[in-house]
Amino acid sequence: MSPPAPTATLAGRLMGDVRLRRRRALNRTMETVATLAAVAAVVVLAVVFVSVVIKGIGAINLDFLIHSEVPFGQSGGGIANAIVGTIVLVALASAMAIPVGILVGLHASEFARPRTAAAVRFALDLLNGVPTIVTGIFVFGLLVVGHTQSGYAGAFALAIVMLPIVARAAQEVLSLVPATVREGALALGATRWRAVVRVVLPTASSGLITGALLAVARAAGETAPLLFTSSILTTTGVSTNPGQTLVSIPLRIYQLAEGTSPSEHSEAWAAALLLILAVLAINVVARALYGRTRARMAAMQ
Amino acid sequence: MTTYSSGTPVAAVRLSSARRTAVDRAGDPILRGLTWLASAVAIVLFVALVYKVCDLAGESFSHYGLSFIGRETWNPNPSTKTYGFGAADFLFGTAVTSFFALLIAAPTSVAIALFLTELAPRRARRPVATLVELLAAIPSVVLGLWGLIVLAPIMSSTIEPALHAVLGWIPLFSGTPSSVGILTGVVILTIMTVPIVSAVMHELFGTVPGELKEAALALGATRWEMVRMVMLPYARSGMVGAVILGLGRALGEAIAVALVVGNADAIHTSLFEPGSTLASHIAAEYQGATTSLQISSLAYLAVILLALSVIANLIARLIARRAPLRLGAGVGGPE
Repeated sequence: MSPPAPTATLAGRLMGDVRLRRRRALNRTMETVATLAAVAAVVVLAVVFVSVVIKGIGAINLDFLIHSEVPFGQSGGGIANAIVGTIVLVALASAMAIPVGILVGLHASEFARPRTAAAVRFALDLLNGVPTIVTGIFVFGLLVVGHTQSGYAGAFALAIVMLPIVARAAQEVLSLVPATVREGALALGATRWRAVVRVVLPTASSGLITGALLAVARAAGETAPLLFTSSILTTTGVSTNPGQTLVSIPLRIYQLAEGTSPSEHSEAWAAALLLILAVLAINVVARALYGRTRARMAAMQ
Repeated sequence: MTTYSSGTPVAAVRLSSARRTAVDRAGDPILRGLTWLASAVAIVLFVALVYKVCDLAGESFSHYGLSFIGRETWNPNPSTKTYGFGAADFLFGTAVTSFFALLIAAPTSVAIALFLTELAPRRARRPVATLVELLAAIPSVVLGLWGLIVLAPIMSSTIEPALHAVLGWIPLFSGTPSSVGILTGVVILTIMTVPIVSAVMHELFGTVPGELKEAALALGATRWEMVRMVMLPYARSGMVGAVILGLGRALGEAIAVALVVGNADAIHTSLFEPGSTLASHIAAEYQGATTSLQISSLAYLAVILLALSVIANLIARLIARRAPLRLGAGVGGPE
């Protein structure tokens, strides 16, 4: 506190002290609140993760992993068909969304005028904001009405969810590639596309992979886009044929969670454990890669 | 790049330039065309999505018109007298769950972002920010399962009775505590929106100029006074954008909410009662749709939901354009 003015009375000085003490107390309270909020968020993450692990680990065994679901009422059964189905669905969706997404990113960084690039970015943001259940309804109307549900329809719906994630990440990371790198390639006589393929894309590669991985993690955990596109099962065995419906792990969890028997719930937890481990692992790898790209780009500039 | 089988260096150069004319000249327009096409696909997809969902809702729209929005019935049994559809119950559920979720999530996110920018020890910043963001990576169905089996019993045994005891005189907290219901949905939505909103706010607070903060501190402000008088005013409009972005997420969440909200098509004042949101209702009826009017009415709900979330996104982005922040689709966090 500032030194007391000569006229200050003892009471005045005490009041100043009281005010200062109050301000400090308020500050401490607010700091505590902020810290508690952050702690709470981390604790919630931990609680969810730990409950999934505790409840899921008991139900996971080899039988669960290598068998398919059994008709209702029978005991046993596993999620082999859902694991395979998820892999096929996400692979198909990735095959559609990742190349297109990277091309969208290249368009913005290499060819498009700023205005066009902004328009595309805007469309991607809108697409990213579409609730995934609405995406499911869209694909239902586009591919399922008049036909049947299929793995293709489900994968297409997942691809729509993935596209804005891949494309926005690609735009962002490609715009970080230093102009000098690009110009260097062009000055050496490379044509535009060679510069892109041999210099720009490799420079940005780990960032592009980050975007792709985050999109894969997102798609692997999505249920809503599949409800109307690939949920009515035609077979219960393991199937890799996207011409038929394919069951996925999230969809299976949703159906099991809506069931009432304890055995269904324990299967749901086991499936949830598999899913959460896969999704968190992909996320952690993606983030680590992204940190590396940023560091590399910074070093180039 | 190119391998030469034979010939003098000069011949090799000639060969390579000959190849360039053939392949490379075509390469540039091809790449440009492909990237253009991909961008067009992104725009066309969004337009087609809006068109197709509206198209699907056509039958219900010509049947009910805009009065669908205010109708409180949802009876899919065509042989009963009250057979018919309407969105009012689900609009109410969506509004209530999203409003209360954001009411809790907004201040929590501000607090988390302030902790990350101002309080956390430098070494702890990255890990804590990452952990908060990982919360957003949990698949919604897993969070829904957790909400249904772990959280819901706690809600009915502990949290709701406590709220009822203290705040029972408010109609919102009247009624009997129940495990699944609007309030459980609110908690789950809060958990889902906090990481998104706090990540944007963290980024936002990072843009507050250091000189401004230091000036406030040098004038004798406490840290909180600096936050209240410098950071919050500086970031205000961006914070609104961040919250609206979170709102967009909360409106559209289907699966996790469907598992915990109780799926009742009814309007209650008490938050303990079961309800339904637009998104959760569509998800809950995925196997039960029988008549074409019912399917079309589900699409009508989807149209309303789509309109709400597009509006929320537009507002968030309009605000963001004026505020110093990017609301990117989100790769990694700030720093």
